[in-house]
Amino acid sequence: MAVVVELWCVAALLALAVLAVPLSRAHAGSPIVYGGALVLSLIGLGNAVAALAAPAGTLALPLGLPGTGAHFRLDGLSAVFLAIVHLCGASASLYAIGYGRHADAPGRVLPFFPAFLAAMSLVLLADDAYSFLFAWESMSLASWALVIADHRAAENRRAAYVYLVMASFGTFLLMLAFGLLAGTAGIYDFVGLRAHPPAALVGGVVLGLALLGAGSKAGLVPLHAWLPLAHPAAPSHVSALMSAGMTKVAVYGFLRIVFDLMGPPQWWWGIPVLAAGAASAALGVLYALMQSDIKRALAYSTIENIGIVFVGLGLALAFTANALPAAGALALTAALFHALNHALFKSLLFFGAGAVLGATGVRDMERMGGLIHGMPVTAFAMLIACAAISALPPLNGFVSEWLIFQAILISPELPAWGLKLLVPAAGALLALAAALAAACFVRLYGISFLGRPRGPQAAAAREVDRWQLGAMLALAGLCVLAGVLPGLVIDAMAPAVAALTGARMPPQAGVAWLSIIPVAESRSSYNGLLVLVFVAGSAALVAAAIHRFASRAVRRAPAWDCGFPNAGLRTQYTASSFAQPIRRVFGATVFSAREQIHMPPPGDLSPARFRLRLVDPAWDGLYLPLARAVWALSGRMNALQYLSIRRYLALVFGALVLLLLVLALWG
Amino acid sequence: MGSLVFDVAHLLAGGLVLLSLVMLYQDRLPALIRMFALQAVVLTLSVSWQAYAQGAPHLYVTAAIALAFKAIIIPIALQRIVVRLGLHREVETALSIGPTMVAGIALVALSMVVMLRVTAEADPLAREDLAFALSVVLLGLLMMVTRRNAVSQVVGFMSLENGLILAAAGAKGMPLVVEISVAFSVLVAFIVIGIFLFRIRERFDTVDSAALDRFREGQR
Amino acid sequence: MIHALLVQGLQMALVLAIAPLVTGFVRVVKARLLRRRGPPLLQPYFDLARLARKEAVLAQNASWLFRAAPYLIFAATWVAAALVPTFATGLVFSWTADLIAITALLGSARFFLALAGMDVGTSFGGLGASREVMIASLAEPALIMIVFTLALVAGSTQLSTVAEHMLSAHVGLRVSLGLALIGLTMVAIAENARIPIDNPATHLELTMVHEAMVLEYSGRHLALIELAASLKLTLYLSLIACVFLPWGLAPAGAAPAVLALGMLAYGAKLALGGALLGLFETVIAKMRVFRVPDFLGAALMLGLLGTLLLFVSRSF
Repeated sequence: MAVVVELWCVAALLALAVLAVPLSRAHAGSPIVYGGALVLSLIGLGNAVAALAAPAGTLALPLGLPGTGAHFRLDGLSAVFLAIVHLCGASASLYAIGYGRHADAPGRVLPFFPAFLAAMSLVLLADDAYSFLFAWESMSLASWALVIADHRAAENRRAAYVYLVMASFGTFLLMLAFGLLAGTAGIYDFVGLRAHPPAALVGGVVLGLALLGAGSKAGLVPLHAWLPLAHPAAPSHVSALMSAGMTKVAVYGFLRIVFDLMGPPQWWWGIPVLAAGAASAALGVLYALMQSDIKRALAYSTIENIGIVFVGLGLALAFTANALPAAGALALTAALFHALNHALFKSLLFFGAGAVLGATGVRDMERMGGLIHGMPVTAFAMLIACAAISALPPLNGFVSEWLIFQAILISPELPAWGLKLLVPAAGALLALAAALAAACFVRLYGISFLGRPRGPQAAAAREVDRWQLGAMLALAGLCVLAGVLPGLVIDAMAPAVAALTGARMPPQAGVAWLSIIPVAESRSSYNGLLVLVFVAGSAALVAAAIHRFASRAVRRAPAWDCGFPNAGLRTQYTASSFAQPIRRVFGATVFSAREQIHMPPPGDLSPARFRLRLVDPAWDGLYLPLARAVWALSGRMNALQYLSIRRYLALVFGALVLLLLVLALWG
Repeated sequence: MGSLVFDVAHLLAGGLVLLSLVMLYQDRLPALIRMFALQAVVLTLSVSWQAYAQGAPHLYVTAAIALAFKAIIIPIALQRIVVRLGLHREVETALSIGPTMVAGIALVALSMVVMLRVTAEADPLAREDLAFALSVVLLGLLMMVTRRNAVSQVVGFMSLENGLILAAAGAKGMPLVVEISVAFSVLVAFIVIGIFLFRIRERFDTVDSAALDRFREGQR
Repeated sequence: MIHALLVQGLQMALVLAIAPLVTGFVRVVKARLLRRRGPPLLQPYFDLARLARKEAVLAQNASWLFRAAPYLIFAATWVAAALVPTFATGLVFSWTADLIAITALLGSARFFLALAGMDVGTSFGGLGASREVMIASLAEPALIMIVFTLALVAGSTQLSTVAEHMLSAHVGLRVSLGLALIGLTMVAIAENARIPIDNPATHLELTMVHEAMVLEYSGRHLALIELAASLKLTLYLSLIACVFLPWGLAPAGAAPAVLALGMLAYGAKLALGGALLGLFETVIAKMRVFRVPDFLGAALMLGLLGTLLLFVSRSF
């Protein structure tokens, strides 16, 4: 049975984690651990793909709380996300066989890497609230340990601290959500919860808690502030795993609670989800555009993509609640497809950033440039990833965004007025986010890989080893494949979607020429394969024609630059100057950007100075006030440390009476 | 035929809303005033079409008044004020153009939803005309709120009044007397405001209404 | 099937063949309006032939991306232009990519153009790329919202279906279509680097966007990029013609005579569009760069308004 195989994989990963403690001191320890993780992830991946269409399998183990035991289940939804997570795990392990050799303290990474993988799988398999929360918290802790792996940098310590606080906060909210779902009957296994959906009001509260709890893990605005600190702090293969894998586990948590355990949705449930998703999509990419640290820009772009996924989920909720299950299936498929796509290209992007970091030792884009000459293969793989995440056809990012647009175009049929106003606005924000993402990745790629080297490290960069290149090229190939054969992916996700929305998209397997048709042929269709063939064919045709009939001569000469070539490397556009026009358009309103220019008077030889200040409104508007409130509260609570014994007793007594009262009134 | 009547009325009313948005977008006073004159012309067309469609000849009078005053006399007078006073040609904004446009779209959406929900059983022509009219009124108010310069505030006020006339013409039944009195009151308001402009200018050397605020602060 | 393939092939060849003519025609119109004689109508063809025959001069540190980009830009633009119905609907491959995909294909071309501008590492290239992505970041969502408006009116994102729907009687005059037309015109002006957004005829630092990106190109590479720019202009004119002036479009499987009529109508529409564009460019002044966001923001708002109206009531 598939669920047993998955659990054995988890057990083996945990054993590998224990083994890694002694192994990390050995010279060959790192390849053995990562190799083992690779093999186990591949086994898990094959198993999950095979389980996509299979009926759900369950297993109960006498672990965990006495009396309840630990329940595990592998159904279509779990299988989709298991496949995504195992894919990320396998590629990260392959990459790390090469990348991990340079780690200076392998003992701080090796044991936690397999444990992190195991915990993520366990979340996806859990079938009762206790196992779910236990696995969720283990996942947070294992990733926290990886974030703080390089603990000497003060920046990383701060990131890890913020991450730990936010992760605990998220788990706490999910705990409350399960508590409310369990109700007074105290049902904690998912089978029982599914049979007893909550009342309307409680359902709304649980939705809010799940959105906040899972959303904080996934990085929804305004709960995102930890993510761009924590994801870049970890080693690059772990950054990839966190951004590509762990955020998807958070999406899974939201899906499991809201779509599966809470019964039929209310009409308004889609509204908060849609609003949070659209805001995250637009703001995340705007933040990403302003960063000059390459890994931090990627982390912010994760927020954007999670926002796109949540827009899909919000649409799916709205459609299913308003009796349009077929449209709901389309929106949910789009969201799942985008989750898969994001896992593919974001892993690849973080791998590329790690390769650059390994080759140059810098993360700041302002000191890179011209890497395409020293690292041609990395540059090629990164180009595919940048094009894919910018939603350009014929790659995979475009297909999922196209499906979401198609879902938006069905939504005038929704009856609720609030949705009628919100959905077009969300569509506009989504289109804006897609265009800004293209700008962001032109900038990221152009500044770091093109142009002339801005520093000696960039000039000396050399190509990375075979393992890392292999992982990157494999993911690039998958990006192209998912883009040209989207029908396969849609069909593979159909059972999971059907289980949650009660409908499925029309089967794509029989459509002529392998195109996809989300609703009806007269309405819309798209064929990535033919687009690729046409573009490649006409490019080849014209290249052949010109080379044959016109000219094929090439001469190298100094750059022309409108007649004023300047050999100074400082005359190139930098990352921040590239973003300046967009910063002028959006920056002043979104993050109160302030530019100060100090220009010395004529004759003064001191340099001109330019200072830029950006504020993340989430920090000023939400986190700092909260932190201050907690600080003030803890100051008050401090008095409790100096009470007499009689007063302590009075406190305990009061608490007891209060609880009894609650029981008397509620029961 | 019925559909054509409806479509044309609709298009003209939509044109009024569009011109209101265009006026929000303008950053030069002369261009703003020209757009206002254009809006008055479209209003004239719209009201005339309503007169033809409803067979209500008194609406032609309304249209003629709108054309004479709002499309010709007032814009020319305003242009002369701008030239005579040597005002800054740029519109001084309290909120920059991008956010103002977003706010404008949100207001149009709001008025659509409110009107379409409230008047669910009325006939579609009046319904959507009313929705457009409310949009024009709200956009005029938005312009008065977000523009610092007194001339553009006057233009915002006039365009607000255009929305009222559109509503009146669509609602089939405002008596002629009322319309004429509205038109004259607007004219009187315009004259009063015009005189004020000159006085303000003489006194403070600017028509930026913030100067008045500063003056009031100083008096306290 | 053979007939349909033939029409598709004819369309592909047609847009490629007339694209330089459209550019030349606009130039002639502008020159005549300024009472200049202007270049001959066929000058763009001569230019292309001359450029293609010359050797390509590459900057010393130009990478493979710099050399591959012109081919990709040209191919993406050509494929996109081939999928917009020009003289006949019912193109055999029209289901390959709908309007959203055509928009995105143009986005692909722009992506590579901006990257190519940054490849050599000159200040002008970075300047052009930076401004181009700023313009695109507003123009593309505006175009998507306009596509939404059209798709909601016609119930389809397939361009052929949209055109057929526009020909049918029950469309009427609609406010949201009017908004879409204005918005689409604004986007087309911005996307094709025309005045008032950009001036294709200057090499001045303060005024150029598109030209700054392609400054390092020469020879056949430059010829391809110029041709792609002409194709893009033709594409936008065809798009506006196909959606808002669909009269004369030959239906699927039409007889050769009808096809010829469609071609005549298409030529007339292109001439009209080109003349209007030349007139517009002559009477208007170039904008400052930081006024452009307001212009395109207005287009975005128009598209959004059109979509919104359709969401709240189907009768707009």
